[in-house]
Amino acid sequence: MDFTTQLLIAAISAGTPLLLATLGGILNERAGIIQLGAEGLMLMGAVTTCIIYIRTGNLLLALLATVAVTAVLGLLHSFLCVTLRANQTMSGLAMTLFGSGLSAYLGKPISGIPLPGTSPKLHLPWLEPVPVIGPIFSHMDYLTWFSLLLVVVLHLLIHRTSWGLHLRSVGDNPATADVMGIRVQLIRYSYVICGAALIGLAGADMVLAYAPTWNEGLTAGRGWIAVGLVIFARWNPLRALFCAYFFGALDSLGFRIQLLGSAIPSYFLKMIPYIVTILVLMYLGYRNRNKPSGTPEALGVPYIREQRF
Amino acid sequence: MSAKETGGTALLQPSPAKSGGKFSWRLEYDSSRIRSPWWTPILSVILALLLCAVFIAANGMSPITVYEKMFHGAFGTAYGFTETMVKAIPLLLCGLGIAVAYRISIWNIGAEGQLTVGAMAATAVTIYFPDLPTFWALSLMLVFGFAAGAFWGLLTAVPRTHFGVNELITSLMLNYVALLALDYVVFGPWKDPKGFNFPGSPMFTAAQSLPVLGSTRLHIGLLFGLIAVAVYYLMIRFTKWGYELRLIGANPTAARYAGIHIKRHIIIVMLISGGLAGIAGMAEVSGVTHKLMQGISPGYGYTAIIVAWLAKLNPMGLIVTSILFGGLIVGGYSVQTIGLPSSISEMLQGSILFFLIAGDMIHRFRIRRGA
Repeated sequence: MDFTTQLLIAAISAGTPLLLATLGGILNERAGIIQLGAEGLMLMGAVTTCIIYIRTGNLLLALLATVAVTAVLGLLHSFLCVTLRANQTMSGLAMTLFGSGLSAYLGKPISGIPLPGTSPKLHLPWLEPVPVIGPIFSHMDYLTWFSLLLVVVLHLLIHRTSWGLHLRSVGDNPATADVMGIRVQLIRYSYVICGAALIGLAGADMVLAYAPTWNEGLTAGRGWIAVGLVIFARWNPLRALFCAYFFGALDSLGFRIQLLGSAIPSYFLKMIPYIVTILVLMYLGYRNRNKPSGTPEALGVPYIREQRF
Repeated sequence: MSAKETGGTALLQPSPAKSGGKFSWRLEYDSSRIRSPWWTPILSVILALLLCAVFIAANGMSPITVYEKMFHGAFGTAYGFTETMVKAIPLLLCGLGIAVAYRISIWNIGAEGQLTVGAMAATAVTIYFPDLPTFWALSLMLVFGFAAGAFWGLLTAVPRTHFGVNELITSLMLNYVALLALDYVVFGPWKDPKGFNFPGSPMFTAAQSLPVLGSTRLHIGLLFGLIAVAVYYLMIRFTKWGYELRLIGANPTAARYAGIHIKRHIIIVMLISGGLAGIAGMAEVSGVTHKLMQGISPGYGYTAIIVAWLAKLNPMGLIVTSILFGGLIVGGYSVQTIGLPSSISEMLQGSILFFLIAGDMIHRFRIRRGA
């Protein structure tokens, strides 16, 4: 395998949790609710997967528990933001703090214990002989395939179906959607819950495919990078795919340069994704300064029936 | 039963058109109730303690024992109380910085990174100018700490004002950059050659350490915090600048029409905000640890967000909440002796925030009877 293929494989492996979390964020924000709790949700997802997988040895059960736990946290976020109309930024920050505290607390007894297995892989022998595609796609794990499928499904859902139209209208103009008979609160609740569950799966993927044991704070800010990726991707699932893999590549490039015995200290290489996030956001902000950014127009604004803004 | 049989009593029964209306309840939102009552912060702390008690009990521990241990560790002894005050100092300084930024709705969540670079800059003074007399050493460390924190704040402010980048993401990314830079210097160029390979800078000399109160660890950084709070109060209350900040906070559109230069205010506010966190970092290395090392901050910058929010940006409230949260951190350490992780205090902080933001909104709803 040449360097490029290896890098691509590493980029997909490191990019999949980012992709899942970004897709979750897109669902949240398309419905008009800011989700800054991604970091906490990913940690909760990761720790739930670890605990259930280590205790029961059943991967499917672990994933179901992860979805359930993070969906409950999503329910909490949507209750605060949709029903109580609380400050969405603060709710997200609280989610991140609470999630990192609770995950460290729950994960303490299993800290450092290796998981019974990694994410199972879908083996496609007929694909193996194909030059570049073969090595990449013939041994991908199920969660990665799931994330790829999800990109397509969400893209079609958001842009090609009436459900997606409802979702977009709730995120852009809830008052009009309400007048049209769309149930704004219900839609916001359901997408925030689904989004939170996806971010939880991102945490599960991190421990299953990337770091096979639980460590306190193991996401190391990837939840926040996903929050930034939602903006890069302009709330679009297809773009999210490329953005997430680009960051996955940056992430693993740093690691690879280190392996090659470079003179640059690894700390600086680890800074690359964070600095690039800021620079790309600045570039996008500069380039799109006179253009609509694609932000859902009612993002962060609680909807109150019969009230003008 | 026909109407004839019941006779006149039918008049007393609700008419079918209104039935259900009499017993239906609905929530009504009253946007005029903006000020939340003074007791919501207290109630949210109590509810958060109850919620976390459930998690502690589920893990097979007695919540009462755990909370008792935390309280005793934080406030029960003279040593514990001075430790709580030591933790309250960075929380007060960072919380104040965050509160200044929140005044104009700038969400600075980068106090952690700003504190870290402040600590690094102060340490740089001890490394590159090792032989300064006490006054000059401490003054230079203070100035460097402030400048470094302010510069880190500027890195958040400029993308926001000139490129429209959300300051939440920038300030948070910069936290990770600062922590990696800290790792680099303590493992690399600034590592103490006599430190038995332990990652950390050489110990500060007595001239580079902040004076402490008697034999305790409580250092003069407390004065920095109190002075900063007093200055903040006077500035907000009595100066034109403070008036403009209040105006931007109350109504940014009106402020812009009134000719207030909002971008300039954002930059100034972030310089102050970051600078205060930088001072907190300087006070931490110079007053407490006496050397730069990994994990210089156990998340002070994040805790300070709740400190500022819980205090409702009120200067006196900031002093009270930072002592409370200082106690929470110290209490978190003291439960480690019974085998619990100190992150229990992070969990409590997150749930306090949940109840607080819910409480701020819940009282805006009125229960109305009838349709």
